[in-house]
Amino acid sequence: MTMTKIKTPENLNIVIVGHVDHGKSTLLGRLYADTDSLPDGKLDKVRAICKQQGKEFEYAFLFDAFLEEQEQGITIDTARTFFMWKGRQYIIIDAPGHKEFLKNMISGAARAEAALLLIDALEGVKEQSKKHGYLLSLLGVRQFAVVVNKMDLVGYRQDVFDGIEKEYREFLGQFKAVPSQFIPVSAKLGDNIANRSTTMSWYSGPTVLDTLGAFSKEAARSEQPLRFSVQDVYKFDARRIITGRIAAGRVKVGDHLVFSPSNKRANIRTVEAFNIEPPPTEGQAGQSIGVTLDEQIFVERGEIASHQEHLPSVSTAFRANLFWLGKRPLEKGRKYLLRVATKEVDCEVAVIHRIIDTMDLAQQQGSSTVNKNQVAELTLRTKTPVAFDLSASFETTGRFVLVDEYDIAGGGIITELVHDDQEFLRDEARRRDFAWVKGEVTVEDRAQQYGHRAAVVLITGGRHTGKSFLARKLEGRLVADGRHAYLLDGENLRRGLDADLSEEERGQTTEMARRYGEVARLLTDTGLIVLSTTNPFGLAYEEASQAIRTLVHPAPVIAVHMSKTEEEPPPNTDVTLSGPTDFDAATARILDELKRRGVLAQAIGAKPIFQYSI
Amino acid sequence: MQHLRQLEDQSVYILREAYKHFDNLAMLWSMGKDSTVLLWLARKAFFGHVPFPLLHVDTSYKIPAMIEYRDRLAREWRLNLVVGQNKQALAAGMNHTMGRVECCTALKTNGLKQLLENKGYTGVILGVRADEEGTRAKERYFSPRDKHGDWDFRDQPPELWDQYKTTFPPGTHIRIHPLLDWTEINIWEYIKLENIPFIDLYLDKGEGTRYRSLGCAPCTTPIKSTAKTVDDIIEELRHTTTAERSGRAQDEGRGMELLRKDGYM
Repeated sequence: MTMTKIKTPENLNIVIVGHVDHGKSTLLGRLYADTDSLPDGKLDKVRAICKQQGKEFEYAFLFDAFLEEQEQGITIDTARTFFMWKGRQYIIIDAPGHKEFLKNMISGAARAEAALLLIDALEGVKEQSKKHGYLLSLLGVRQFAVVVNKMDLVGYRQDVFDGIEKEYREFLGQFKAVPSQFIPVSAKLGDNIANRSTTMSWYSGPTVLDTLGAFSKEAARSEQPLRFSVQDVYKFDARRIITGRIAAGRVKVGDHLVFSPSNKRANIRTVEAFNIEPPPTEGQAGQSIGVTLDEQIFVERGEIASHQEHLPSVSTAFRANLFWLGKRPLEKGRKYLLRVATKEVDCEVAVIHRIIDTMDLAQQQGSSTVNKNQVAELTLRTKTPVAFDLSASFETTGRFVLVDEYDIAGGGIITELVHDDQEFLRDEARRRDFAWVKGEVTVEDRAQQYGHRAAVVLITGGRHTGKSFLARKLEGRLVADGRHAYLLDGENLRRGLDADLSEEERGQTTEMARRYGEVARLLTDTGLIVLSTTNPFGLAYEEASQAIRTLVHPAPVIAVHMSKTEEEPPPNTDVTLSGPTDFDAATARILDELKRRGVLAQAIGAKPIFQYSI
Repeated sequence: MQHLRQLEDQSVYILREAYKHFDNLAMLWSMGKDSTVLLWLARKAFFGHVPFPLLHVDTSYKIPAMIEYRDRLAREWRLNLVVGQNKQALAAGMNHTMGRVECCTALKTNGLKQLLENKGYTGVILGVRADEEGTRAKERYFSPRDKHGDWDFRDQPPELWDQYKTTFPPGTHIRIHPLLDWTEINIWEYIKLENIPFIDLYLDKGEGTRYRSLGCAPCTTPIKSTAKTVDDIIEELRHTTTAERSGRAQDEGRGMELLRKDGYM
């Protein structure tokens, strides 16, 4: 036996896409057969099943695992096959092209590093081929070749091939997609798959196999600025390990990390690993790592760690291109769960700008829904601020999915940051937090001593709805229970802290709310539960509460809305009280909410959920 | 080695997603090479800990050395081992002579379903690989099963980038497959790289045979092989043209397709 050592230095994920009947499975079967890559068992088994069913053997059957597929002659779902060639291991994803094609094609293409796009020479460039090309581009697959199949059915004519190449290149050029190659083949007869065709001497380019070899491994994203989204925080033993996969850049022991959107900061103390000697001291893009920090800050899943000089964007709105796969249409105004990297947050569709027809890239305006398999340009608005990037700069933190009910129903790429009205205050909070001078006593120390965490209870509502009365009652109850609570009345700021403002300025919400928010921020840093009402802001309570939220972030805000009659509470209200108020019941509901949010320790034995810190 | 670390990073990410999203999570461990690599990856992901129970569906027909190995590792690695068995079917005398697919369905599929139902697991991690067998090639990393444990392969939810299906209606559960992209060679290369203890039934002990895939004693036959070390196995696999599961009787005809639709692992 010859002991030739074959190395497998890398894996490459390839997806094969194309319309049903354009011959994807045949191409794949041919590729394996012509390179002697099939296990004996496989070929025999498929031949036996064909014989049993009285059918002629076809290469396509090699990868159609299910009998249903063989009966219908189509591939039902994305399948992975493995293929070794010249020291590289290819994972080939066969994406089906029938009516449910888009969902499965997208699932296949989303994990691919390169693609082969099949076009039937007899049919030419049809709608499906255009849709596939557009979606590959949207999914971020920039490396692909176009395989023009069934050349045998058009008499191997060069003019047919040239015509398809010209038409398709023009279409792709509209969104700047450039295929590495156009290859004329007959998968059925084996022309230009692994072996050069003898019938198409006019073609001197590479075969499909050569083209696979020429695809390069995705450029490492290690040279980009750091993006490390927190996946989970573990405390299985004495170590408090922050885990996640590095999306871009690199980290090393000693690095100063900033977590967005909470603006918390700490240095990396160690990089943790199991069964690696000596333990690593750094990590880079693609790696799933764990780090410990030099300070006990509480960061939660979904925050993005970066270096201070290259921060991600933070906003509650962005513009995006989205493809929709949901069973029911995407609707403007309806709530969805948004997932960007590891962050999960409720969102709604604020604007549907236009539906994009992938056939001719025409734009259709004025729709309030996006149907299954449509692509649209829209603006999403999130319940709380999210850290993200534009997809043109960072792939992983620049794309998202939407979850409708239980299923991932759509995906997209972020094209533009939408400035919201909290931008100035958020920048102020960021600058202030970065420069914050801490004492020796940590947030955790205070929480241990006090038996609760800091929070803001913010009571909104119109005049004479009982806001002040409830706030007082709540303060009394919390202090009686041994909590550290304080009623921050806006009136007490008015004559002192706000004394420098003119009468006119004091009548406007913006600066008053900013000052109020900064004072609340200081008080939460002392570990207090701050009870506040929007009384000083009159009917501008919605604007004021937004500002206060932005400035005290990430301390939890428990929003309580009071009204005499049924009315729509401001966004993100936690407790709604309408009609005549039973103040004891209202107090009890707010205490429950404080427990649920992990501010007050729950009953003994319950798992506390501490999800934030200051 | 680089390609093994890439596979490892992906599997670790999947395991951590599973742990984050499922309150009642378990991992299936058959003591074979794949699920043992999976167990090792869990120790990687959770820094030496395995924070969920390991389930073994015991058909009572396993090769005895497998049970010894199971109990030894469970002790040494402080594993929370949960063993399930379809006692009713065994009491009724179920064995492979009553039909291989029938026996697998009763003792493995139904044994697993009973275990999941009794313990209320909503997430189950399995070591199936896409290159093993045709139906497994079509799996998602996070694959939903309905109330009866059945798999609707015709209508699988989309799986985009590294976003997986982690929400599901009550009464259903999710099968999680972190090893989907690993090949048989990758498994052995990784066992060598990490020096993972494996059961020696996979090696030839001088008789010219070894097991390539492990299952129940009556339905698993060893292959002709002189591979005495992991290196020998890797070298052998580079040149083999025989299917990995050729020694597994239930794979004949359309056996696996029928089994897996009904919830077989």
